Amino acid sequence: MPIGRTHAVSLLGLRGAVVEIEADISSNLPGFILIGLPDTALNEAKDRVRAAAINSGCGWSHRKVTVNLSPAALPKHGSGFDLGIALAGLAAAGTVDPASIERVVHLGELGLDGRLRPISGVLPAVVSASRAGFSTVMVPTGNADEAALVPGMRVIGVASLLDAVIWHGGKFAPVPVDPILRPGDDEIATETLDLADVIGNDDAVEAMLVAAAGGHHAFLLGPPGAGKTMLASRLPGLLPPLTPQDAIEVSSLRSLAGLPVGRALPTRPPLEAPHHTATSAALIGGGSGLIRPGAAARASHGVLLLDEAPEFPTSVLDALRQPLESGVISIHRANSVAHFPGTFQLVMAANPCACGQFGARDSECTCTPMARRRYLGRISGPLLDRIDIQLRVHRITSARMRLAGETSRLSTRQAAERVLAARAVAAVRLAGTPWSRNAHVPGTWLRGRAIRLAPATTSSIDRALERGGITMRGYDRVLRLSWTLADLDGVTVPSAEHVGRALYLRKAMSS
Amino acid sequence: MAAKDELGKKGEAIAAGYLADSGMRVVERNWRCAQGEIDIVVRDGDELVFVEVKTRSSTAFGHPLEAITSRKLARLRRLAAAWCDAHPGAHDRIRIDAVAVVAPAFGAVLIEHLKRVF
Repeated sequence: MPIGRTHAVSLLGLRGAVVEIEADISSNLPGFILIGLPDTALNEAKDRVRAAAINSGCGWSHRKVTVNLSPAALPKHGSGFDLGIALAGLAAAGTVDPASIERVVHLGELGLDGRLRPISGVLPAVVSASRAGFSTVMVPTGNADEAALVPGMRVIGVASLLDAVIWHGGKFAPVPVDPILRPGDDEIATETLDLADVIGNDDAVEAMLVAAAGGHHAFLLGPPGAGKTMLASRLPGLLPPLTPQDAIEVSSLRSLAGLPVGRALPTRPPLEAPHHTATSAALIGGGSGLIRPGAAARASHGVLLLDEAPEFPTSVLDALRQPLESGVISIHRANSVAHFPGTFQLVMAANPCACGQFGARDSECTCTPMARRRYLGRISGPLLDRIDIQLRVHRITSARMRLAGETSRLSTRQAAERVLAARAVAAVRLAGTPWSRNAHVPGTWLRGRAIRLAPATTSSIDRALERGGITMRGYDRVLRLSWTLADLDGVTVPSAEHVGRALYLRKAMSS
Repeated sequence: MAAKDELGKKGEAIAAGYLADSGMRVVERNWRCAQGEIDIVVRDGDELVFVEVKTRSSTAFGHPLEAITSRKLARLRRLAAAWCDAHPGAHDRIRIDAVAVVAPAFGAVLIEHLKRVF
């Protein structure tokens, strides 16, 4: 008997390994053995595959079928191997063409009636298959749109095992079935909020513009009703559209998390705003067996908004320090490490104290100094250290509201154009360096020979450094912000005024 | 005699005929002891073969071979040892085979012979 051989993909984090599925039929009493470190869901594939093959009318061998998933030492999870196992077994029995199935990567879960059920994580799996040199992939009809997002891949969507067998040269008459689709497979809402809705608070609008242009993390501090959440949720609209490569990564992470991916690649950066009761597994990712990405990973290439940041448990907030530093989220388990991209832009919003009124001009704070200190103390120093923009937001007064009604305000479209222009200027300056945004540039380079600012320009922060008003790290941060402000104004070198404004964007916590 | 026993008897006769036709010498049929029954014992060259026969009139409720469980095989092994005890002599090489007989009321009989199933 020939050996049936085909391929599937095992996912660990966003990276997939192509798994070879071999099936052998030996002359022995009927049985089905599945080897190669399957987990429980995968081990149950034996019963699904057998029932599906018989109910499809393809028949299943009355001998001992041994299916091996190699590399044997790699743990494999989930039900996505069903289709590959069924076709390998049928090829070993001579029902389908072994040469035909060997060239194709098969993904899909089988129902007992032989219909194919959509699975999560198809997009990253197809990307991995494409990277491994495969050009054809067979997926359930419900996943075909998602798989087709990968450029250069030939996608065959099949509704049932019988359709797959017929495609691979099985001599059967097709039986039309209702394909199983993913529940709630609608388009993802892409409406963006307009920056023009924000009235007053021009400083904060500018801070958002700077955050978008330079990729800086931001921290907004202010009393309830000052518009912190309103501002932060408008940041994704200011960011430039996703590149096709980033869009595939964003969709892959959604697919891994089991969320709908839609029929087209997203063009807008994602926004994730987890509630403050989130655990570190929800924020960073986790799970035994299949490791799923958390909110921070899903916010990659977009914005992670932590509203009411001090209400988050300290340990959860501190779990963000590693991704903020390295841009990669690593989740370690006893037998594996999953890596997810962690290139999100962090925006935190907080009240200045538990009652929220401290620093407000129109009301009185009732917190004791100790309570105030404890409240913001929950955001650790090392975390704040990584956040470039720290701005105090004030409640709008009636006078400002009247004034705002008469002047024209910056709309999201205008702001996004300015951000795009600023990024283009930065890209020219940073050409030939490993960095693409101002926020990623280290201080040593900014203070280095190539682009050092004149002493007259930096005199204000030089003095602050001398007095101990800012630290060396704070000094670098101000420099970075100054460059972004200059980029936004379309000038090649920051002036003393840019440095002054940069210093202002940092002073929330000191006042 | 119940219909199923009759079918079993018929199947065993078909299997014994098939084994004899393929050049084996039937040593004993339906050997009984306290632990149970061996359907057929044959000699195939220098090997002593204990054969379990399963008969069905159709495959509507599964293939006959699917009815041979590991528990049944383990019992057959114990029975083989008991047979060897009861029949002194040199039994160097022994083997356990399974024969499936699908014998519909009308139509061709289907025989499948699996060697070394245990």
